Amino acid sequence: MAEQKTLATTGNSVVAEAFRQCAPDVVAAYPITPQTTIVEEFAKIVAQGRVHTEYVCVESEHSAMSACIGASAAGARVMTATASQGLALMWEELYIASGMRLPIVMANANRALSAPINIHCDHSDIMGARDAGWIVLFAETAQEAYDNTLMAIPIAEDSEVLLPVMTCLDGFITTHSVDRVQVMDDETVTSFVGEYTPENALLDIENPVSHGNFAGLGGPYFEFKRSQREAIDASKAVVERVGAAFSKLSGRPFGLIETDMMDDAELAIVVIGSTAGNVRHVAKQLRAEGVKAGVVKIRCFRPFPATELAAALRGVKAVAVLDRSESFGAEGGPLYLETRSALYDAEHRPPVVNYVYGLGGSDVKLELIRSVYTDLSDIATGTTAPAGMQYLGAR
Amino acid sequence: MSKWDISDMGSWKASQFPRGAVIPDAGNSRDYVTGGWRSMRPVRNVETCTECLICWISCPDSAVRVADEKLAADPETFNLDHCKGCGICANECPVEAITMVPEGCELPGVK
Repeated sequence: MAEQKTLATTGNSVVAEAFRQCAPDVVAAYPITPQTTIVEEFAKIVAQGRVHTEYVCVESEHSAMSACIGASAAGARVMTATASQGLALMWEELYIASGMRLPIVMANANRALSAPINIHCDHSDIMGARDAGWIVLFAETAQEAYDNTLMAIPIAEDSEVLLPVMTCLDGFITTHSVDRVQVMDDETVTSFVGEYTPENALLDIENPVSHGNFAGLGGPYFEFKRSQREAIDASKAVVERVGAAFSKLSGRPFGLIETDMMDDAELAIVVIGSTAGNVRHVAKQLRAEGVKAGVVKIRCFRPFPATELAAALRGVKAVAVLDRSESFGAEGGPLYLETRSALYDAEHRPPVVNYVYGLGGSDVKLELIRSVYTDLSDIATGTTAPAGMQYLGAR
Repeated sequence: MSKWDISDMGSWKASQFPRGAVIPDAGNSRDYVTGGWRSMRPVRNVETCTECLICWISCPDSAVRVADEKLAADPETFNLDHCKGCGICANECPVEAITMVPEGCELPGVK
């Protein structure tokens, strides 16, 4: 296990530190709340000459991701960060980055989308981009945000993967709160992330290649999408392999999903991001009261760990899925739809209900989580029927 | 023929294509026949043509054949595998020696 230093720091600050340790050749970014301090601190690190990165100040997120794509095609290791409207403005480039198989790593400080304008945490931004072909990792804590950033580089740049990776941390809750974080020394990180050898670098003038090509009617567009699907499916094993290597180095667990008290759980909550901490706290209180509560946290959302999730939920009597985003007009939130689908082929299919919660940073109080477990208990005993999707705590 | 042989591309499986739709070799656009996009074909009047080569300079597809500062003789003057029939040559010709005529059949195959 690597020797580590314990810091009191914010999620954003430690992500900027992780960027420095990954030593990207190019960072092109535009500041947006609550991501701002990542790029602000990283820009300062560049100005101080503590990293060799070419830092490109662009005029929008559309340009930020465009510059990242160009730099990555040129053969550079590229990182960036965004949030909310910024991620939305990158929409078309997100698909271009994954379609061109460029291993860009981007931090996203999860924030609500307008309107009405709101700068606080929810997952509407990333969930809108969930089908863009990026590998998506979520952090519960500043520690996980640091760890995910370091793991993202060898995952993205793996020769079998070559896909962009987004590392998500909850706006303000994780990005701005001071937390206890263990960081590794530079040599350990340098050796863990490795050197990047691009496959088709535009700057390799001995081997000229062309990027961004046309594959129209009658062309192989369909086949390219198929190979992209195969690549993200295959990336699951690489995420697990890199995660296991990182776990060994850091002494911290990593799983596509992470479970608490699930061995004999009857009532389970499936959750993503910082709220997992609230849920775990309530589940522990309930355990002390004799309630068999459990928690499943999704750490890797794309590729979606459907098999692992179904296995974790085997034997439970009722499941609640917490979604910090809407999928307007659908049966429920994105995580709910994925979870229900993952359970459809299970031998034992428990009732699954959905709670949309915490939109626009709306407070996630412990009594709200407790009320979810109470609902699950009523469903498990047959006292009440599963109610589909509900808004948790909205007036 | 370039290093990268795409002649059989129509039967390739997804895994056979270069990742990210990269073209891993330079100079292979000559293998990609685009003449089938053409609806009008240039025809040169050898009597009025002064061999000034303005058509050769103007052609966006490098489809006007020149050797030893002379236009190639008919029917090799225009490379019909790549001429898209844009008509720039006819428009630019100072002596109006090039006419665009409707294509009939026998267009080159398009990959």
